Amino acid sequence: MDFKRWNLQAVLETTGDKVVPPSGYTARLTLFTSAAMAFLAVFALALSLATGRLADRWSSELSRTATVRISAPAGQLAAQTAAVLAVLKTTPGVKNARVLDEADERALLEPWFGKNLPLDTLPIPKLIEILQNEDGIDADGLRLRLQGEAPGAIFDDHTRWRQPLVTAASRLRTLGLVAIVLIIVTTGAMITLAANSALAANSKVIRVLRLVGARDVFVARAFVRQFTLRAFVGALVGALLGGLSNAALPSAADTSGFLSGMGLQGTDWLWLMLIPFLAALVAFAATRAAAFRTLKEMT
Amino acid sequence: MSLREAKLSRQAKGGFHVIELKNVSYGYGDTDLLSDVSLEIQPGSFHFLTGPSGSGKTTFLKLCYLDLLATSGQITVFGKHVSQMMRDDIAFTRRRIGVVHQDCQFLDHLPLAQNVTLPLEVADRADEDENLDELLAWVGLADRKSALPPQLSGGERQRAALARAIIMSPDFIIADEPTGNVDWEMSQRLLSLLIELNKMGKTILIATHDLNLIRAAKQQVAARVLRLRDKQLQLAGADL
Repeated sequence: MDFKRWNLQAVLETTGDKVVPPSGYTARLTLFTSAAMAFLAVFALALSLATGRLADRWSSELSRTATVRISAPAGQLAAQTAAVLAVLKTTPGVKNARVLDEADERALLEPWFGKNLPLDTLPIPKLIEILQNEDGIDADGLRLRLQGEAPGAIFDDHTRWRQPLVTAASRLRTLGLVAIVLIIVTTGAMITLAANSALAANSKVIRVLRLVGARDVFVARAFVRQFTLRAFVGALVGALLGGLSNAALPSAADTSGFLSGMGLQGTDWLWLMLIPFLAALVAFAATRAAAFRTLKEMT
Repeated sequence: MSLREAKLSRQAKGGFHVIELKNVSYGYGDTDLLSDVSLEIQPGSFHFLTGPSGSGKTTFLKLCYLDLLATSGQITVFGKHVSQMMRDDIAFTRRRIGVVHQDCQFLDHLPLAQNVTLPLEVADRADEDENLDELLAWVGLADRKSALPPQLSGGERQRAALARAIIMSPDFIIADEPTGNVDWEMSQRLLSLLIELNKMGKTILIATHDLNLIRAAKQQVAARVLRLRDKQLQLAGADL
């Protein structure tokens, strides 16, 4: 293979429209801007998709679980726990109810108080984990029944802290989308500046073309082709680099906690393929608008 | 050829003047460069435009090939009022006017052959360049087709500009000081080419301050001589 033939500039020069000189800093500016913006767009896309996924997951997982906390004097704790379990057994919407044992409680407290916590000397309430079925639980009805059967039991369906988490994730997703829109607008603005600069630098070329009978659409097309191709190639490189960097992020399996799996996953990667085409579309529209505006200003 | 282009072409073949100026003035701000100029150029005619430096010859030609718009008066090209032309109409009309510019106006990054065929390319007729070799041979540039414009001599540039001006077989050929940068022998050669084109039926308008060239031409062709003086256009008499 002759690697000398794989010269990016040569590719651009042979495929671009020849009536406009292809070299110059505007070519490099467009390539660099498109590559940088595509790189950033990959991460904005990953953020948006991952937080969307996270919001859905938190919403569905937390809405399927609930907890009953029983705080009672030591002598009544077992009796109230049994009463709660009896109530839950007959409550519609409860798929499974399980009393957390000492090991579970220790695991829950360990991140806050460390290992070797003397649980038997502490007034730790009993916790019952409830898994709901698709019908869900009538929370108010259950609270009233628990009040009668086990006064020390408090039902928590996680709504209080689930909603802010889901809202936060949704806002992050919106921020990701706003970032993508800003990237698109910035790319358009940068390409417009580069196109305006190229049009000004090639005013002699435009003049000659018009004098030999070129219509505005021909002149505009010559610039639009070059900028669209440059934006596509730049964005392709940027998206590839962004994709590689994204793939290098720690995977969900390597991490734990709420922020696991923040990179692109599964079909998310297909969105990556759209970035070069989107960049080309932005360049096409920006250059075309700039070219026609400039040509119209010429008598 | 588009519908609009075809319409313009039909209008031109309907017995109109190639160009007609009625009380045309042109100026910047309050200063008139040309004032109340009227002229009719018939198809197949040969005109010289002369006058001292700065008299407005190039401005007059620019009005003729629609590079400038008159500040007052009316210009009709191929039967169509310039003031009523859309931007595309102006482009289509320019394709029917071959212009040899004083400074030639080439795209320096393209070889001579591509510069000469540029009018065909902008008209989406790039495949009609089969006569290019013959045309370049006619202007004596057959062996220079790969040269870039900066590599050409003054005479070669003028001949290349002439080749580009006529490759679309225009009805009207305008030359602005075509012999300004060449020696006498080369200017005679360029003049011969323009006279030959006129004999083929093309309308020719040449701006020059070279009275010897005009005298030489008048021996070979029935040329009218126009003179720009004091912002006015006059028909020059026997003093030439």
